[in-house]
Amino acid sequence: MSVLVYTESEQGKFKKTAFEVASYAKAVAQQLGTNVTAITINAADASELGNYGVDKVLQVNNAELEKFNANAYASVIEQAAKHENATVVVVSSSADSKYLAPMLAIKLDAGYASNVVEAPSNTAPFTVKRTAFTNKAFNMTSITTDVKIVGVSKNAFGLVESSGSASSEDFSPSVDTSGVTVQSVDKATDKVTIADAEIVVSGGRGLKGPENWRMVEELAEVLGAATACSKPVSDLGWRPHSEHVGQTGKPVASNLYIAIGISGAIQHLAGINASKVKVVINTDPEAPFFKAADYGVVGDAFEVVPTLIEKLKAFKAQNA
Amino acid sequence: MKILVCISHVPDTTSKINFTEGDTKFDTNGVQFVINPNDEFGLTRAMWFKEKQGANVTVVNVGGPETEPTLRKALAIGADAAIRVNTEAKDGVQVAKELANVVSQGGYDLVIAGRESIDYNGGMVPGMLATLANANFVTNCINLEVDGTNATATREIDGGKETVSTSLPLVIGGQKGLVEESDLRIPNMRGIMMARKKPLTILDPINASVETSSVQFEKPAPKGAVTLVDPDNIDELVNLLHNEAKVI
Repeated sequence: MSVLVYTESEQGKFKKTAFEVASYAKAVAQQLGTNVTAITINAADASELGNYGVDKVLQVNNAELEKFNANAYASVIEQAAKHENATVVVVSSSADSKYLAPMLAIKLDAGYASNVVEAPSNTAPFTVKRTAFTNKAFNMTSITTDVKIVGVSKNAFGLVESSGSASSEDFSPSVDTSGVTVQSVDKATDKVTIADAEIVVSGGRGLKGPENWRMVEELAEVLGAATACSKPVSDLGWRPHSEHVGQTGKPVASNLYIAIGISGAIQHLAGINASKVKVVINTDPEAPFFKAADYGVVGDAFEVVPTLIEKLKAFKAQNA
Repeated sequence: MKILVCISHVPDTTSKINFTEGDTKFDTNGVQFVINPNDEFGLTRAMWFKEKQGANVTVVNVGGPETEPTLRKALAIGADAAIRVNTEAKDGVQVAKELANVVSQGGYDLVIAGRESIDYNGGMVPGMLATLANANFVTNCINLEVDGTNATATREIDGGKETVSTSLPLVIGGQKGLVEESDLRIPNMRGIMMARKKPLTILDPINASVETSSVQFEKPAPKGAVTLVDPDNIDELVNLLHNEAKVI
């Protein structure tokens, strides 16, 4: 018996969510009185995982798995779970993990709860708290199968450091990448992604046109943030669809979300309200976003944003 | 090509979310139900395949009789036939198993589901269904072309997109991008009249078992009022974000 955690890496390096799911797995293992095993695929150095409670790492190095393949990755994790007699498998909420987890659930005959925000409230029956109704409610869900899969929401559990160290062993599962073949990947490698960003700066129709996005980008640069936009902005073609956040766009669960010239339609708020702190800048004090925000500035974005950029630059210079 | 579009019957986004029976059941009182938005993008793409490539399109829902107006709406948009699996939808795997039975009985080449429903947001059914049906699977799908038994699909990844080649039988978890918002169709009177005559088959469930159960719902604690900062005092905003919110 053990808790298995799939710790994702990109170009050999762990993503921050890998440490968050490892921390979560450790909390579950403590409740169950067992150990944490991590499974990594083409990660260069697994020793960092020990800092987040992982006892053992199964390292898979296989050139066939260089490109993500959901079915093949799910099969690797399935084989690791069986190898370890895992009773709980923990995965993240990244696009890739959400893709493979349902397939893994069928392969392992495991009940699966996604979007989980807290450590289990009970282990018998195994009960977790997950978001529902696009973050408008929580649902306590119990998983009744022998093997359970928990998908942890990003930025919900946080990182918990521990003082252990992780042993490492090579793991060579059988790999079958047939069925779906990646032809091309189109990804800006120099930009922070909305999924990974601690801070997201987002613009709406209040910015009047795509030519005014320079200040949004500059604000994002100062903060090391990702840029995003509201649905009307992507529908109008001012910004690419990949930046659209909201119910039918990308979900945001950042530490800080800054909305500029976005009124806060319910569909928009549904997609971003998992963010911890929300700031709105809007000329209209009646904009619904002010009800959802923690901090608000009623003012003209074309004056407020440049001032904010200047003040933040001064702040960063002082606190560098 | 035989296409099955999975339709989830969900509360409209603007609905008030309340619970009854000791916070164990969703309160449907006064709630308007709609086709799950992610499914509607997929249904509209299916209409494109019907019109351009002569595909036959069936829509399916797992649920009670109360979901039939939602299926009728999908028929009015242009689907050829509808199936309702007559059982309450309880969890992802139960729904996926009921749908896998429909897929194996109907011999569908392409199954289009939404990447997730906007009520439970589990994102489970399409991937589970694909694995049960032994079909290829692409989720967060924003573009799909089919040529014979070969398919090319684009999926959104964190920070970009990825194009894959695959083949039928195929299950898609669709979203906006499969078609644009402006491509969505509002049923016209003729569509609504025709929908009344199209077949809506009620199928007995295989009584698939659940693996998870909902214990209770909770609503988040009410949010405090917004702290307003004077636009002439942006220093204060920086100060609050640093010292109070501790996010910069």
